[in-house]
Amino acid sequence: MDKRYVSIWFKHLRTDWFALAQPELKDVPFVLRTPSHGRMVISALNEVASGKGLGIGTALADARAVVPDLEVADDKPELAGKLLHRLAEWCIRFTPSVAIDLPDGILMDVSGCTHLWGGEQAYLSDIISQLSARGYNVSVAMADTIGVVWGMARFGKGSLIVPTSEDIQALVKLPPEALRLEEEVVERLHKLGLHTIGQFIKMSSSSLRRRFGQHFVMRLQQALGHEMEMLQTVQPAEPYQERLPCLEPIVTATGIEIALQQLLEALCSRMQREQKGLRKGIVKAYRVDSKVEQVEIRTTRPSNHVGHLFKLFQAKISGIAPGLGIELFTLDAPRVEEHIPAQSKVWEGSGTFEDERLSELIDRLASKFSGKNIHRYLPDEHYWPERSFRPASSLNEKPGTIWCTDKQRPLHILATPEPIEVTAPIPDYPPMLFRYKGKLHEIVKADGPERIEQEWWIQQGQHRDYYQVEDETGHRYWLFRLGHYDDANFQWFVHGFFA
Amino acid sequence: MPQKSDIVAQLQAEISRMEGFKPASSVSRDTALGPVSEAFPSGSFPVGAVHEFMPARSNDDAATTAFVAGLVASLMGTCGAALWISSSTKVFPPGLKHYGIEPDRVIFIDLKNEKDVKSAMEEALKCSALSAVIAEMQSLDFTSSRRLQLAVEQSQVTGFVLRNDHSLNATACVSRWKIASMESERVGTLPGIGFPRWKVELLRVRGGKPGAWEIKWMHGKFMHASQPAPSIQEQKRKVG
Repeated sequence: MDKRYVSIWFKHLRTDWFALAQPELKDVPFVLRTPSHGRMVISALNEVASGKGLGIGTALADARAVVPDLEVADDKPELAGKLLHRLAEWCIRFTPSVAIDLPDGILMDVSGCTHLWGGEQAYLSDIISQLSARGYNVSVAMADTIGVVWGMARFGKGSLIVPTSEDIQALVKLPPEALRLEEEVVERLHKLGLHTIGQFIKMSSSSLRRRFGQHFVMRLQQALGHEMEMLQTVQPAEPYQERLPCLEPIVTATGIEIALQQLLEALCSRMQREQKGLRKGIVKAYRVDSKVEQVEIRTTRPSNHVGHLFKLFQAKISGIAPGLGIELFTLDAPRVEEHIPAQSKVWEGSGTFEDERLSELIDRLASKFSGKNIHRYLPDEHYWPERSFRPASSLNEKPGTIWCTDKQRPLHILATPEPIEVTAPIPDYPPMLFRYKGKLHEIVKADGPERIEQEWWIQQGQHRDYYQVEDETGHRYWLFRLGHYDDANFQWFVHGFFA
Repeated sequence: MPQKSDIVAQLQAEISRMEGFKPASSVSRDTALGPVSEAFPSGSFPVGAVHEFMPARSNDDAATTAFVAGLVASLMGTCGAALWISSSTKVFPPGLKHYGIEPDRVIFIDLKNEKDVKSAMEEALKCSALSAVIAEMQSLDFTSSRRLQLAVEQSQVTGFVLRNDHSLNATACVSRWKIASMESERVGTLPGIGFPRWKVELLRVRGGKPGAWEIKWMHGKFMHASQPAPSIQEQKRKVG
C-alpha cells in the first residue's frame, strides 16, 4: 500500500504555550529571549510580533526600540522538546505512528487511517480544529513522502493535501528551503537564481552533488520518494497495571489470595525487567453487583519482591467484601520508582541500614500500626531544641548536615517545657533550689547559662537561658529561664533530663 | 585423661548453647563494658538475646536509657540500624549522639498501647537486618518474654526491654539490670557537672555472676568509676 504522511507545523509553538497560561499575551507583541554572545536575542515570537517586523535572532534591545510595548519572557532550552513530546502522545489518537520533528513539528504516518474520518479532507480538518481549539496555530499538510509533506506544511500555498502520486507537481513550486537544507546551501541556491525546486529538479544528480554536496542530493531523493526515510515514533508510556478476569465469581479469601499472587507475579516480573520498584499499589476487585472494592498499600522503599508485597496485601484482604462474587481483579502501581537490585551478600550477618529486609520490616509494621507512627529524624541547622531535628521523608534520605555535638543535649526531653518554682540568687547564676512535681530539689552542681535566642525569621518571642543542673540525689536536669532576669514576668521551666 | 575442669567447661558451654546462647567466637562484639564483662558466661555481653532494664527510682529512667544507648551504640557499629519502640517516648534524638549512636540510623515507632509495643518488638526481633531493638514498656510478663526470646534465637538480634515497674517476676530474659543515677564525677577541681555516673546492678544473668558496679560514661565509652579521669594537663596534651 502507498504511504501517506502528515506533517504538522506549529508556527509559534513556544509563544502559543505561554499564551495558554496568560491569554492576554495573545494580542500583544510577545517574544522569548535567550542569551547569546553576551546579549539577549529573540528566540521565538508570536504572530503579532512577527507582523511588526521582528524576527528570530534580533537583539532584544533593537526589538524594544522598534516595538516599545514588547512583552518578553525567558526561553527554556528544553521546552520545545517537552511540548512536542506531549503533543505527539496526544496525536496518537490520529495514527499509531507519530514522530517528533524538532524544533517545531510533528510527523505522522497516516497510511490507512484517513478513511476512518471519512476522507483526507475531513481528517486534516479534524487535526487542525482540535489543535486550534487547544490554542496552537498550526499548518498541516498531507503527501506521499516525508520530504514533500514537510515542505508543504511550511511553504505550501493553496490546498495542502497533495493527491497520491502528484508529489513532483507540488514539489516544483516550492522554494529550496522546503528541502530541509542547511542555510548556506539555500543561500547559494538563491544566489544562483534557483528560487524554486522546479528549476533544478531535472539537473543530473552527479553535477548537483559536486556543487552542493551529498546531503543536498539525499534530501532531494527523499522528497522524490527514491530514498527511504524512517520515523522514530513516540512510544506511549505503558501504565503499570495488571488485570485478571475470573471465569467464576470468586467469594473466598483463598480465591482472592490466589488472584493476588498471580497479579503480583505478573507485575513484579515486568518491574524486575525494567529495574523498577513499587511504592504504592492498589488492588481493585470488581464485584458481580457492579460495586468496586479497593485496598491500597505503600512501601518505604521501592520493592518488586512478590513475597513481600503479597504479605502487605494479605494483611488487608479482610477489607475486601466479596458480596455475591468478584469477577475481575486489577492491580495498579500508580507510584513506581527506580530500583537497582542490591548485590547479594557474601555472608549473612547483622545488616546495615540499606538492607532490604529492614525496609520490608518497616512496611509490615506500617501496614499493621499505620505509617504515621513510624519516624526517623535527621539533623537540622537550628539551635532551638525543638527545631534541631526534623522528620525524614524516607528511609533513603541522607542527613544534610551533621549532628551537633559541641553543646551537650539531654537524652530525655519533655514535649512541652513544664513551669517550675525556682530560687535563684543573682542574675545569670544557676538556681539554688527548684520545685518540680511537688518535690524540692537542691542544686549541688550546675553548668550554664547557654543562651538560645529565638529565630526572629521563624517566630517572635523571648530567649531561653539554659542551665544543666544536678541535684543532691545525682539526677541531672535541663532547666531554662524564659526572658531576662530583671523582666517582670520571667519564668523558669524544666525541659529535659540528662543521664 | 582430660582434666575435670575441662569437662566442666565443656558441659557449661553445651548447656549455654542449649539455652540459646551462641558460642562466643561467632559473636565477638566488644561492648566495652570493662569490668562488668566478667559477669557474663562467655566473658562478653550476650548478643542475640533479650535483656531487661529497670530504673532504680522513678526518675532514673534517663540514666537507664543512657546505659542502654551506650550498649546499643557498640552493637550498631558504623552502619547498623536500630528500632526504638515505645508508647510514650521522651527520647530526644540529638541527645543520642552523645552516647555514640547516629540518631538518623534509629527508627522510632510510637504506638498507643502496651500490647502493640510487644507485638511490634516481637516482629522486629525476627528481622536480622537490625542490630538492636529497644522497647519501652510498663511491665513484662513471662509469656511475652518467652516469645521475645524465641524470636531472637533465630535472628540473633539483641533486644533491650526498658521496663518501668519494679516487680521481680520471672522472665525468660537473659539478664536483668537496675540502674540508678549517682553524683557526677568532677573533672579535677573544675566547677560544674562532670562525667555522668551510674550505679549499675546486674540482678540476674543466665550462667553468669550477678553483681553491682559503679560505671561512668567518659570520652564515649564506659569506665569503671574508680578509674581516675585523666587530669586536665593530660587532656590538654591530647588535644593540643
